[in-house]
Amino acid sequence: MGVTGRAKRGKTEGPILKKCSTGIKGLDEITGGGLPQGRPTLVCGGTGCGKTLLAMEFLLRGALNYGEPGVFMSFEEKPDELVQNYASLGFDLEGLVAQHRLVLEYVYIERSEIEETGEYDLEALFIRLGHAIDSIGAKRVVLDTVEALFSGFSNESILRAELRRLFRFLKSKGVTAIITGEQGERTLTRYGLEEYVADCVIFLNHTVSDQIATRHLRIIKYRGSSHGTNEYPFLIDQQGFSVMPITSLGLDHPAFTERISTGIPRLDTMLGGEGYFRGSSILVSGTAGTGKSSMAAHFVDGACSRGERCLYFAFEESQNQIIRNMRSIGIDLEQWVKKGLLRFHNTRPSLYGLEMHLVALHKEVERFDPAVVVVDPISNLVTAAAPKEVKAMLSRLIDYLKLKRITAFCTDLTSAGGGILEQTEVGVSSLMDAWLLLQNIEGSGERNRGLYILKARGIAHSNQIREFFLTDRGIALRDVYVGPGGVLTGTARIAQEARDAAASTLHRQEIERKQRELERKKKTVDAQIIALKTEYELEREELQQAVAQERLRDDVVMKESMEMARARQADAVPTTAGGKQGRGGRKR
Amino acid sequence: MGKRKKDTAEPADKALKDFELALERTSTGKYLLRLYVAGTTPNSRRAIENVRKICEEHLKGRYELEIVDIYQQPIFAREGQIVAAPTLVKELPPPLRKFIGDMSQTERILLGLDVRRKK
Repeated sequence: MGVTGRAKRGKTEGPILKKCSTGIKGLDEITGGGLPQGRPTLVCGGTGCGKTLLAMEFLLRGALNYGEPGVFMSFEEKPDELVQNYASLGFDLEGLVAQHRLVLEYVYIERSEIEETGEYDLEALFIRLGHAIDSIGAKRVVLDTVEALFSGFSNESILRAELRRLFRFLKSKGVTAIITGEQGERTLTRYGLEEYVADCVIFLNHTVSDQIATRHLRIIKYRGSSHGTNEYPFLIDQQGFSVMPITSLGLDHPAFTERISTGIPRLDTMLGGEGYFRGSSILVSGTAGTGKSSMAAHFVDGACSRGERCLYFAFEESQNQIIRNMRSIGIDLEQWVKKGLLRFHNTRPSLYGLEMHLVALHKEVERFDPAVVVVDPISNLVTAAAPKEVKAMLSRLIDYLKLKRITAFCTDLTSAGGGILEQTEVGVSSLMDAWLLLQNIEGSGERNRGLYILKARGIAHSNQIREFFLTDRGIALRDVYVGPGGVLTGTARIAQEARDAAASTLHRQEIERKQRELERKKKTVDAQIIALKTEYELEREELQQAVAQERLRDDVVMKESMEMARARQADAVPTTAGGKQGRGGRKR
Repeated sequence: MGKRKKDTAEPADKALKDFELALERTSTGKYLLRLYVAGTTPNSRRAIENVRKICEEHLKGRYELEIVDIYQQPIFAREGQIVAAPTLVKELPPPLRKFIGDMSQTERILLGLDVRRKK
């Protein structure tokens, strides 16, 4: 931690050691800028640990990337062997030699041909080296390995004096040198070269634990400079040498406010409507078959549709298998592979050590420069190492991805039946920004998938459980049934919903019935009103008719009596009233 | 000091000539010796003296000695695969032998040159 920070502080304190960038991935970071410029560095280690490769790459990077020609003085391998060996790593040594950017100086020492007859020195070697350096203006020199001198010459006191002189000579030439040395029984190098090279000592080793081999690099000493002190894993592959100084990363990565879709609209809604934060790390955990990979596929599909590059690390399935399986839920990943937006990196977790996985992941990320990285599943890496180490590795990976503004999507297989689902296999949940849990909800003879958002840092997320379906058109989320009967999913939910629907139908019918009854009553009343009215009308009519008849009769009687009176020539015309009073008796 | 007393013929010609010479010398038991020295250090001077003496005493008339100053001609140090100085190389007759040091141990040199057996 804080290597670069300390180095920076050092800069303010005065003139500091100038450093010579090695151009080797990671090494410059551990050393805070490179090897001590103008001084020799000892690289030691056992057989086959990569000393020569490190040294050669230092020269080649210098020649190719920094315009610093180099001299490779080999005591073991002949130039044509070197040319062949490095051609397989993609370096054209012959071309560099022809361009005067590299000199391969082979020193042949055969003890049986040499007879020592009195005092001598190694001036010839110095002259050759000096000549080689001057011929191309070399800034970097590699001696691989001067220990061969010890097998060639028997007078050790002369040799030691000459070695001391050699390192002085290299310093006076102002070249940055790497001297390689074979690891001794108890010492760093078999012949104690570390005595002479006091400035910087790098130790390489190659350990095998649990049948998994890992290469490590450690800086034992770096005079005048702070440096990372840990054992750093390194990788030798087609691109050469790379060291992973991940532990030097700090917690100072930038935070982004940009959001990216999860690829599932309903899930976006659950995550405040916009999805994850870009550059955040997302963990999806769940037991087997809960749809973790499908969620990953959705996310990848979504990202690729936006034209972003995705890198998919699969530790369980092959590329073709994933593509086939995802096609079954309607996601065509192959199109993105063909367009170059999606890249799969499939490896078995047990292929190599954890650190090597990390190195490989880094290299892939560096090469592909993706916006989204999927690790499916991280829990499988446990097979490659102890959980503690896995956690350490993942925290480094996540830090690294955050730094690079890459959104990391990790799936985690939790062991089924354990009961503790809210616990990741490797205990990385605290490193994650968002954590989704996919859970099997058992009940009524079936398993259904439920999705929760356990956490989503900085996002107002839904606290609801959603039922999770894998359809032939991808993942669908549905509300679960939450009612007096508890949380129900699947057919239980459907049944409950049906029951609910039936109940509500019944209720509706009851209301309708009551309404109809009311209607009926009203109609009855209305009918009664009409009937009464009719009766009344009839009676009234009858009465009125009777009244009219009576009146008519009155008139007739009046007329008759008047007629009578006229006829009798009565002097007084009877009044109506008098006439009426007497009407009844007279009519009949 | 110490010049290479060789002609400056074309490389191919030179190689051929060398080969012919070598044949001739092998058959005649001639010695071709090269002494590589680094300037005028005490070691260099002693070595030159000692080698001359040995040659005069033991190989008179059947040797050719070249003295090369690798300071002046570093390329010869590379070609001859010279590491130490001074170095005396017995180019002919085969096998190739190298002697390093100030050539003060005459007996060892004579043994290495096969001079003793020849006698």
